[in-house]
Amino acid sequence: MQFSFSEEQEEFRSMLRRFLEAKSPPSAVRAQMATDQGYDEAVWKSLAGELGVTALHIPEDFGGAGFGVSELAIAAEEMGRALLCAPFFASTVMAATAIMHAGSDDQKRALLPDIASGEVIATLAAAEPGAGWDRDQILMQADEAGDGYMLTGSKSYVLDGMTASRLVIAANAPNGRLALFTTSADARGITRTPLKSMDPTRKLARIDFGNVPVELLGTVAHGVEAYAQTMDVMLVCLANEMNGGAERLREDALEYVSMRMQFGRSIASFQTTKHKAADMLLDVELAKAAGYSAASALDDQDADARAIASMAKAAASDAYIQTAVHAVQMHGGIGFTFDNDTHLWFKRAKQSDVFLGDANQQRERMMQHWGAGA
Amino acid sequence: MSEITEADVRDEVRRYLEDNWDPNRGLVEWRVMLAESGWGMPHWPKAWYGRGLPLGMTSVVDEVFAEFGAVGVAKMGIRVLAAATILEHGTDAHKKKYLRGILTGEETWCQLFSEPGSGSDLAGAATRADLKDGKWIINGQKVWTTSAHHAHFGLLLARTDWDAVKHKGLSYFILDMHQPGVDVHQLKQMNGHASFNQVFITDAVIEPEGQVGELGEGWKVATTTLMNERRGADSARKYDSASTLPERIYAEERAEIATVMAPYTWYPQRTGRVDLLVERAKALGKYDDPATRQEIAKVLTLAKSAEWTARRARAASAAGKPQGPEGSIGKLAASIVARAANQAHTKIAGPDAMLTGDDDGTGGVVAEILVSTPAISIAGGTDEIQRNIISERILKMPKEMRTDTDRPFRDVPRNQV
Repeated sequence: MQFSFSEEQEEFRSMLRRFLEAKSPPSAVRAQMATDQGYDEAVWKSLAGELGVTALHIPEDFGGAGFGVSELAIAAEEMGRALLCAPFFASTVMAATAIMHAGSDDQKRALLPDIASGEVIATLAAAEPGAGWDRDQILMQADEAGDGYMLTGSKSYVLDGMTASRLVIAANAPNGRLALFTTSADARGITRTPLKSMDPTRKLARIDFGNVPVELLGTVAHGVEAYAQTMDVMLVCLANEMNGGAERLREDALEYVSMRMQFGRSIASFQTTKHKAADMLLDVELAKAAGYSAASALDDQDADARAIASMAKAAASDAYIQTAVHAVQMHGGIGFTFDNDTHLWFKRAKQSDVFLGDANQQRERMMQHWGAGA
Repeated sequence: MSEITEADVRDEVRRYLEDNWDPNRGLVEWRVMLAESGWGMPHWPKAWYGRGLPLGMTSVVDEVFAEFGAVGVAKMGIRVLAAATILEHGTDAHKKKYLRGILTGEETWCQLFSEPGSGSDLAGAATRADLKDGKWIINGQKVWTTSAHHAHFGLLLARTDWDAVKHKGLSYFILDMHQPGVDVHQLKQMNGHASFNQVFITDAVIEPEGQVGELGEGWKVATTTLMNERRGADSARKYDSASTLPERIYAEERAEIATVMAPYTWYPQRTGRVDLLVERAKALGKYDDPATRQEIAKVLTLAKSAEWTARRARAASAAGKPQGPEGSIGKLAASIVARAANQAHTKIAGPDAMLTGDDDGTGGVVAEILVSTPAISIAGGTDEIQRNIISERILKMPKEMRTDTDRPFRDVPRNQV
């Protein structure tokens, strides 16, 4: 496990932070969250083109940069900090990872380069209405149709499901084993409906399938493990993204109490404020340690990496929610207003808390895998 | 007749209502009659729309009104606080000018106390009142002002002496809201509602008669308003459901209630809606999930204990016993309950917690809980202030050192807004 970032990694983080401070200040976040599309195409082009973040962890053979999960997690952390509105998580973290783990070499050659270049936005449709992302909760059945498969049923909470042009879908093969399938998002038989997302910086959709022909990614035999590996990467990136948001909230709250005067003194001089600020630092730093270590464990193919991925998501969930609650409180009444920016991150914290499974579910998944490799 | 009995009061109200109550009258017409008769506010002085009865008799009068289905005088909103303050500190001219419009409901009031720079520290108000050519000229900014957008008058706390110490430099005024120097803007909250306003005051004018109480005694007068606000929090609840009867007067009352209650539709959600936890868990098939059960059980334990603590406090006060700590911990407990309930609702809703409005499966109720509970630990005294009250007033721990009350207010450090 790696316990410090390399100089190159630090440089990458600084560059991305500068870019996002310029391109994704709260005013830009507010502008994008009010649109249906939910992201700025010029910013997306720069992210993909100049910065190459859409290609980060995709192997060089398939048009990518060949970095690891650690670098992907740095990008996610910085985007969470800036609350960037962009399809990075859906396309690069979710869909590209799924294709990398499940697809055949031919499929990777066909699909990954366009995702790596940012020209194609893809997403992963796994959860179904009212249910979560656990393998057991995915009930959609894929039927054999000639040489391929056909999907019927509904997926929900699909991240950037309205804007994606390519879908990766988790469904059960005729033998009952989970497998990953793919299709163009405008295939006949697909109906996409936008959902009202509590966090308007994250666009969600419901996708209904009626006899839609789809292509199996790789083999049915490898589907379960491919989905689990994809989940590991998604959880680690989400955890780091959440930690980035939590740290930003923590810093903003500290800045606010430092300038706010009541009773003739800075409210930062009250011990209750100082202790809260100290607790917030503790919460966020512990969660960051778990997030970074989980990314490193995945890169190292550590035997406990799966358990640690869930541990990191659970830690991030608890830390982000706690930090968001404290951040609103430290701002007082103004923190509850729409014009103050705190609620933008508060809503992301609530959304991310349940996205891909809440802290309780992650702790359960962690305990199922803890020591599994020993 | 040396002392009036309950039976006497009951008979007298009955006679009055038998002779006069008619649900087909207009609301204002009826309330004018009620105000003149003194039965609208029976505990008020006879000279001012009351009958001089002891406060305890008002519940007897209320009971008879309920028997008849008779509508009372206007008692909702800030107007009640205005009336209480004017009765205690106002001149006869104030009472003559304002009380009747308060009782008939024709005139609406708001409270201009909080400022962007003085929230928890209410006495740090920095809105100025300067005497020029015999008139008060007001400049400053107020915030969290419910109903300001349709109020006729505002209860204003403003600083008249910057060389006096903090609490002695404030004076209390009645501000006519309908004038060019008063600019009201709605304040949107993180849950999408706009229950409050910001009020920008620029060279607004108050005639000398608009001052309530002595110069420099504004904090004392404001204390009366605030004490009535606290008292009113409980009794206001019974007004949130209106009669559904068809007669004219009920329709008019329903419309009035709807207007006054409009900013508060989300208030139940800020408590965390513990009442919905079990039913939601059952409906979503989470009731048998051990982790969720633990969360719900913890919230129920907290919420029930807090409720019973409040009831112990009320029982003690009804029995005339000195108040124990129960009375003061209720607000802090409510914050803790709301926060825990928010998390439990999130766990129960699962992925649906990401959705809002029609898509959240509850018509937006759960989504509204998730983004409304942060209000409860801030509004009406933050958790931090509650903890200070508990530690300093109940536990008698040493007070925070104050550096803001012993010097001219102009020398006290404060935010420049």
